[in-house]
Amino acid sequence: MASKVIHALYNDDDLLMQAVKETRAKHYHIEEVYTPFPVHGLDKVMGLEPTRIAITSFMYGLVGLAVAITMMNFIMIEDWPQDIGGKPSFSYIENMPAFVPIMFELTVFFAAHLMVITFYMRSKLWPFKKAENPDVRTTDDHFLMAIDAGDNDIEELSKFFYDTGAVEINIVESEDDH
Amino acid sequence: MYTLPSKLKIFAIIFMVVGALGLTYSFMSAPKTTAEVKEMMAGHDDHGDGHAEATSHGEGHDEMSAAAAHRAEGEHGHEDAAHSEEKHLEHTLHQLQNKPWSALYIACFFFFMISLGVLAFYAVNIAAQAGWSPVLFRVMEAITAYLVPGGIIMFVLLALSGFHINHLFVWADPEVVAHDKLLQGKAGWLDGTWLLVRAAIFMGGWILYRQFAVRNSRRSDDASDNKWYKKNFKISAAFLVFFLYTESMMSWDWLMSFDPHWFSTLYGWYVLAGMMVCGITTIAVITILLKSQGYLEFVNDSHIHDLAKFMFGFSIFWTYLWFSQFMLIWYANIPEEVTYFVTRIEDFKLPFFGMVAMNFLFPVLLLMNSDYKRISWFVVLTGIVILAGHYVDIYMLITPGTVGTSWFIGLPEISAILFFFGLFVLVVFSALTKAPLLVKNNPFLKESKNFHY
Repeated sequence: MASKVIHALYNDDDLLMQAVKETRAKHYHIEEVYTPFPVHGLDKVMGLEPTRIAITSFMYGLVGLAVAITMMNFIMIEDWPQDIGGKPSFSYIENMPAFVPIMFELTVFFAAHLMVITFYMRSKLWPFKKAENPDVRTTDDHFLMAIDAGDNDIEELSKFFYDTGAVEINIVESEDDH
Repeated sequence: MYTLPSKLKIFAIIFMVVGALGLTYSFMSAPKTTAEVKEMMAGHDDHGDGHAEATSHGEGHDEMSAAAAHRAEGEHGHEDAAHSEEKHLEHTLHQLQNKPWSALYIACFFFFMISLGVLAFYAVNIAAQAGWSPVLFRVMEAITAYLVPGGIIMFVLLALSGFHINHLFVWADPEVVAHDKLLQGKAGWLDGTWLLVRAAIFMGGWILYRQFAVRNSRRSDDASDNKWYKKNFKISAAFLVFFLYTESMMSWDWLMSFDPHWFSTLYGWYVLAGMMVCGITTIAVITILLKSQGYLEFVNDSHIHDLAKFMFGFSIFWTYLWFSQFMLIWYANIPEEVTYFVTRIEDFKLPFFGMVAMNFLFPVLLLMNSDYKRISWFVVLTGIVILAGHYVDIYMLITPGTVGTSWFIGLPEISAILFFFGLFVLVVFSALTKAPLLVKNNPFLKESKNFHY
């Protein structure tokens, strides 16, 4: 079923924020907002749930720490015992200070990289993916709010968005794969 | 305007009086002769033996004392036993006589350091033209008021130690220096008069900046332009240059010289990191306290959030420097360097590692979550642990060089903390009453009031 979607374009982030607030107050359904840069506080105004990516990051960090400990223990202590700084105690805990930088680095490495990969997966992004961006101007200096027209009167909606300060309004048929 | 509650004033004075009484008692009850030490040790040994038998940790205890005895044998192998025992008693006597002085010095430095850390943080905020913090400036200015009384006591203590009236600095003892080649080499720097001249320059510079910055900030309240603000910007930038050099030298003079054979090149940074954590934590705690009493209505939870972020960040920075210093020395294992950590790990295991847990693990785990940084009681709780942890940090910097194996946290330490805590509270909260709690005419004031994370 193809329904109509309204693309309201703004050229100022403050106007956009105000428009998002007014639109939500009117209970119109905002599908997505496209901005050339992150707009501070937009997620809260749009009523998006707080991100859970920090929790995943913490867990990935723990995984990294575990990997570092297991790996160093196997390489340096079990498989091929190493004389560390003239302290051949062959014990992980006694040589631990030497391993701390690796433990730290792998914790950060896992947390950072897996968090980015999680973000890509969650945002459905991968190499060579065709951009979902409805209007290339949102990568330059325009802000676009996509609103599901639903059963509302298009004329009335257009007038409402012009009043919120939109510089341009396009009405598009939404595609099924969107 | 803030008015000093009379209850707070009485509490602070009670703290000071109790602390002063405790300190007086500690000084008077410190042993004066080796015979007294012998008596004390006999009492302790009985106690210790009974304890060791009663618990299942007896084995470890025996092992340790066997190792200690072995070491003693190695040192005094050629001397007859009686002479060696007398020497040992004398050594312990000196340690116990040092103990109240050391406790006084540690607490004095700790509270002075908080104030100095806040001063540096204040200057950074002005020089960086920070937009979030001007609503907190009056709190910071009040905390730096402690620099003057704290600095005077610090200076007196340095004079007493530097001229060998007490025995805190071994390098101040001419007899020790006469038999010590390394100390002779450092005698040009480690000298009582020269130490005091340096201390006067350092403290003079800091206090001078403090007085000018606070005066300009208050004049700015009545000004019609940014004249005083611009002046403060300039002197803050100049102060930071002065401060980073003098802070580093101060840490060699006042702290590192307790172990005069040993040196570390990142010591100044390490002390600075601890200073900044304590300073920022104190700002956060006092801000939350004032806010809970209905003052500082313009401070919102984003300001608390930012302070907590700084507490978190500087805690990690402190650990980073602590570990960098530790790992390099541990790895290289050069005798004259590694002895510093060997002493601390052998004789001070619990405070040495306990302090790392308090200063690193605790703040990292508690303040990692973004939401927790906005919960007042959470920040205060973490802040108290951080402050206690950094007291132990300073304790660990000084005690091994002054009291050594005779250490325990007892009456002198607690009394000294009580005394300086009382003084600190009295001075800081009295200073808060001197000016309105919100600066006026600061160009960033509106931004700071509307600050939102």
